[in-house]
Amino acid sequence: MKQKITDTLLQVATWLAAALTFGALFFLIAYILARGIPHIRPSLFALHYNTQNVSLLPALITTVLTVVLSLAVAVPLGLFTAIYLVEYAKRGNCLVALVRMTAETLSGIPSIVYGLFGMLFFVTWLGWGFSILAGTFTLAIMILPLILRTAEESLKAVPDAYREGAFGLGAGRLRTVFRIVLPAAAPGILAGVILAVGRIVGETAALIYTAGTVAQIPESLMASGRTLSVHMYALSSEGLYTGQAYATAVVLLVLVAGINTLSAALAKKIGEG
Amino acid sequence: MEKFRLSDVSLWYNDFKALKDITMDIAANEVTAFIGPSGCGKSTLLKSLNRMNDLVEGCRITGSIQLDGQDIYKDPNINGLRKRVGMVFQKPNPFPMSIYDNIAFGPRTHGVKSRLMLDDLVEKALRDAAVWEETKDRLKKSALSLSGGQQQRLCIARALAVEPQVLLMDEPTSALDPISTSKIEELVTQLKERYTIVIVTHNMQQATRISDKTAFFLLGELVEYGKTEQVFSLPRDKRCEDYITGRFG
Ligand SMILES: Nc1ncnc2c1ncn2[C@@H]1O[C@H](COP(=O)(O)OP(=O)(O)O)[C@@H](O)[C@H]1O
Ligand SMILES: [Mg+2]
Repeated sequence: MKQKITDTLLQVATWLAAALTFGALFFLIAYILARGIPHIRPSLFALHYNTQNVSLLPALITTVLTVVLSLAVAVPLGLFTAIYLVEYAKRGNCLVALVRMTAETLSGIPSIVYGLFGMLFFVTWLGWGFSILAGTFTLAIMILPLILRTAEESLKAVPDAYREGAFGLGAGRLRTVFRIVLPAAAPGILAGVILAVGRIVGETAALIYTAGTVAQIPESLMASGRTLSVHMYALSSEGLYTGQAYATAVVLLVLVAGINTLSAALAKKIGEG
Repeated sequence: MEKFRLSDVSLWYNDFKALKDITMDIAANEVTAFIGPSGCGKSTLLKSLNRMNDLVEGCRITGSIQLDGQDIYKDPNINGLRKRVGMVFQKPNPFPMSIYDNIAFGPRTHGVKSRLMLDDLVEKALRDAAVWEETKDRLKKSALSLSGGQQQRLCIARALAVEPQVLLMDEPTSALDPISTSKIEELVTQLKERYTIVIVTHNMQQATRISDKTAFFLLGELVEYGKTEQVFSLPRDKRCEDYITGRFG
């Protein structure tokens, strides 16, 4: 009898938790859409930002630019480090332990700390100023541990039987890694990249102090620029354009959904091939 | 003619001595079976014939293993060795790619680029491994979509595609159903005309059905080695007799 009551209670609790989670998410999205969509108009996508049109197009372009550049720095670096750690380094190598510990530590640091570091190092010390370049490198460092960890896990998850099969055919380590192991690990690695994209797109703290907040399309990598998130932050903290901030949120939502769908399709394609 | 000539081969996994002073010849164009209770070192010895043990950290080998008169542990060209001495594993391990690409992987590794030549090699290997009929219409499909038995024959085809001289098989049928098993046994009997085959098996009947010579191992030692009929009908060693008759341990 007592058992039964516990069962029912637990069941109700799980249902409630699920409903609450879904409800909160649904409410959030519906709220953003309801507040944002009425403010979406062509002028929001003007090439130049001014206080009349409050255009978000420059921020959209900056966001895409920032994502692409940060990934271009962090993905090769993280991936090759992971390949070294999993495929080349000997077990018990102290360098492996060191890299792993560093990655673990770095992944726990709040992004504002990265922002501060980026400002002191890239902006001031290297003299890059508030620039897309400084922002990109700061973000690259921020997502590096994430890319490294997920790539490492995905490589480790590739069955040794694949490696043995390739070595058994006379393939060297390089060929085995790049032709057999890496394709098999690609979906997992890509999942890490998607997470990283999410972090970049959602980042504000690390960018405000490194890439600055200029609302125009950056003319070069040394120019300042704001991503959509920073744009939203700026609009809502100024308090004059709350509606446009919500409209930006809608665009951001669509962008993230689009990136995720694209990556999922890509992962599926790689998994099949 | 002996293909392999092993003398005083001992092998350590760190401090554990897994093979003890093994001296034996393995004849060309014959099927040699390795039998013995699990953990006796059959796989270890098999893997030392194409230096797959090199991948195991803490593994050390002494003595000499000659392939056609050349000590394989003195030749730095390990990939060349593995091209000559192919391997089929206990569990089928096709790569997660198409059937065609699985077979073509080996030839591509060794420099074959021409599409026509690859097409030929793929068809020939699949035919030789008796899996052509089942796969010819789906060469572009994933190899993982095949059944276990087909996958294992695919792995045999993959090994044959690099045109090896020796085929090492480590319990190739232990994960398969009886029908697939008999197909592979039949295949082994056909292949020995062109290849030297060394097969590890835990199945006595299989050893008697397909092998010319049988080697019985116990705790890393070669206890009995001779013609298969002789080993199974008149074993010289008491421990081998006990094992064969199922009175072991
Ligand atoms: N990579 C390894 N590291 C340490 N010991 C191993 C390793 N591989 C096998 N061994 C040990 O070596 C012995 C022989 O193993 P193996 O050759 O796989 O036996 P079999 O194939 O006859 O079952 C066993 O005691 C096993 O535990
Ligand atoms: Mg074994």
